[in-house]
Amino acid sequence: MHLGAVDWGVIGLYLVFVLGIGIVAARRAKSGTDFFLAGRAIPAWVCGLAFISANLGAQEVIGMGASGAKYGIVTAHFYWIGAIPAMVFIGVFMMPFYYGSKARSAPEYLRMRFDEKTRALNAVAFALMTIMSSGISMYALAKLIQTLHVFDAPFAHLGLPQAWIFHAAILVSAVVVLVYIYLGGLRGAIYNEVLQFFLIVAGFAPLVWLGLRQVGGWEGLQATLGPSYTHAWAGMAHATNNRLGVDWFGLSMGLGFVLSFGYWCTDFLVVQRAMAANSMSAARRTPLIAAGVKLFIPFIVILPGLIAIALTSAPDRPGAAASPPAAVGAIAHHEPGVIPIKVDSATGQPMLDARGRPQLDYDLATPNLLLRYFPTGMLGVGLTALLASFMSGMAGNVTAFNTVFTYDIYQAYIRTDGSDRHYLQVGRLTTLFGVLASVGAAYFCSQFNNIMDVMQLVLAFVNAPVFATFLLGMFWKRTTGHGAFVGLATGIGMAALHHGLTLPTDNLPGIKGGWIAVTHSYPSEMAQNFWTAIWAWSACFLTTIVVSLATKPKPEAELAGLVYSLTPKIARETGAWWMNPVLLGVIMLTATVVLNIIFR
Amino acid sequence: MLFDVRLPIGLLFLAIGLLVAATGLTGDKAALDAHSAGVNIDLIWGAIMAGFGALMLGLAVLAKRKGEEPPL
Repeated sequence: MHLGAVDWGVIGLYLVFVLGIGIVAARRAKSGTDFFLAGRAIPAWVCGLAFISANLGAQEVIGMGASGAKYGIVTAHFYWIGAIPAMVFIGVFMMPFYYGSKARSAPEYLRMRFDEKTRALNAVAFALMTIMSSGISMYALAKLIQTLHVFDAPFAHLGLPQAWIFHAAILVSAVVVLVYIYLGGLRGAIYNEVLQFFLIVAGFAPLVWLGLRQVGGWEGLQATLGPSYTHAWAGMAHATNNRLGVDWFGLSMGLGFVLSFGYWCTDFLVVQRAMAANSMSAARRTPLIAAGVKLFIPFIVILPGLIAIALTSAPDRPGAAASPPAAVGAIAHHEPGVIPIKVDSATGQPMLDARGRPQLDYDLATPNLLLRYFPTGMLGVGLTALLASFMSGMAGNVTAFNTVFTYDIYQAYIRTDGSDRHYLQVGRLTTLFGVLASVGAAYFCSQFNNIMDVMQLVLAFVNAPVFATFLLGMFWKRTTGHGAFVGLATGIGMAALHHGLTLPTDNLPGIKGGWIAVTHSYPSEMAQNFWTAIWAWSACFLTTIVVSLATKPKPEAELAGLVYSLTPKIARETGAWWMNPVLLGVIMLTATVVLNIIFR
Repeated sequence: MLFDVRLPIGLLFLAIGLLVAATGLTGDKAALDAHSAGVNIDLIWGAIMAGFGALMLGLAVLAKRKGEEPPL
């Protein structure tokens, strides 16, 4: 696959516009509020699309396609159960406290509600997490671009070694993101996220359209892949009967409650987008508008995976089960399969699973489909979409990092009495530092194979319990700072303990768990993840309550605007019906139920 | 000067759309179709992107004419 002049033209146009938006936004980034909060002046629809886009990173686009190919439409649970209810909850119930408290970050809310140490724990963990995740996704993108071989010819033409493609991918994406955030701050990031959102849709929607044409539409997919791939609820009564290896309780409690609410309702990366809104009403509508879009994202990110697997003969696909175990050369009649077989980079041999069958490299499902169907011209659009998704995800991490570092670490512990101008400068320097640290994390990933798994694990440990802290803080006035801090620490410890004592089947003790002792084994890694989250959350929840009851709460006068029962209720919205958060929330939840029924 | 994000979105989509649609019109039609399941995806999707770009531009210009506060 070669890139034509048109493809370069499309990518070049994109880069020019992204940088241009940064330059325009820079003219309005004159104060800390401008730089870190976009002046709290962004309309709801822009915030809503940025809210979605900051999440639609390359890892999500690639990962959801991979998961669609591996597990089927059941992957949509990550959206329908794993996002929409939490997004409705934050919009209707939590946003009044985030936006109304005038806190500039989620950790700052914790300081106002609890105390300094709870803020410090959350801020430091969060800052590390954002750097790690932006490093991981930078590594994943550079690796992907290298694997796709689209830049091989131009590099050869310039006489540059192929290994430099990886470095160039990291360098270019890091510099572009750095420039537009350094100049435009959160406003630059948010405007670009909206642009990037439309580009991501423009790149992947035609892929789904062409793919569905090829496989005979949804009916064709159903016929080729069978019910376990095309039904989201089939076999959920028991963990062993479905492709995820989880039952409905683990799914709804682990994913639908703990992980989903922990992410969507507390992660400052998303909350920051709503805090930039121009009014309380717009801030509340931000996650609800985002939910309306999120409902349909599975169709552009998961369906490519299903289409790719339908065009590949997979050894563990139900339709292929009757045929003898597929050998490497026996890729049935679809030759060549869209999803390649995973090759061990050390030996050059195909990698086999526990039963001796070749493993598929699911991460290439979506990118390979793109290479297969897009001719020159659309190829540029598709690659731009990948690039856009990567940059929006990275920018989300970087803007959240610079705010939390500047306000919750630097201003809190290093220099407390600086001027607004001083913190603005620190914010810009922090942006530079954050991008450099992400690049460092990306190279760290490329050096040590397992480090990526370790990083993912840490993210899971930190994210799981924190929702209990926010929930109790916002809705139970008796919760104390000591309770929150001890609860949070216990939750993280419980996550590590549970992981150390359990192991998914077909794995060896170590990075996948069981490093203390194997006392329980789960049918899949996903089941283990969900249950780790459930245990961590429950430990945090219970410990926070017990310690709170034993310690002295803050006087009620200090908690006005921070706790539900001590905050005046917001008057009913008077505008049009689509301005009413509660009504919007009900519509989103109803639509979710309808989609679940259609794809049951 | 206030800034309407629909302006850059409109311009970029119009430019990319026209570029890609032109490729679909002038390129080797048989090769293009063979690549994309018998559809001239460059032409069709390029036109759709250009149309979306024009719509966004139109909305931005209209809002400016009416003197509405641009969405910032």
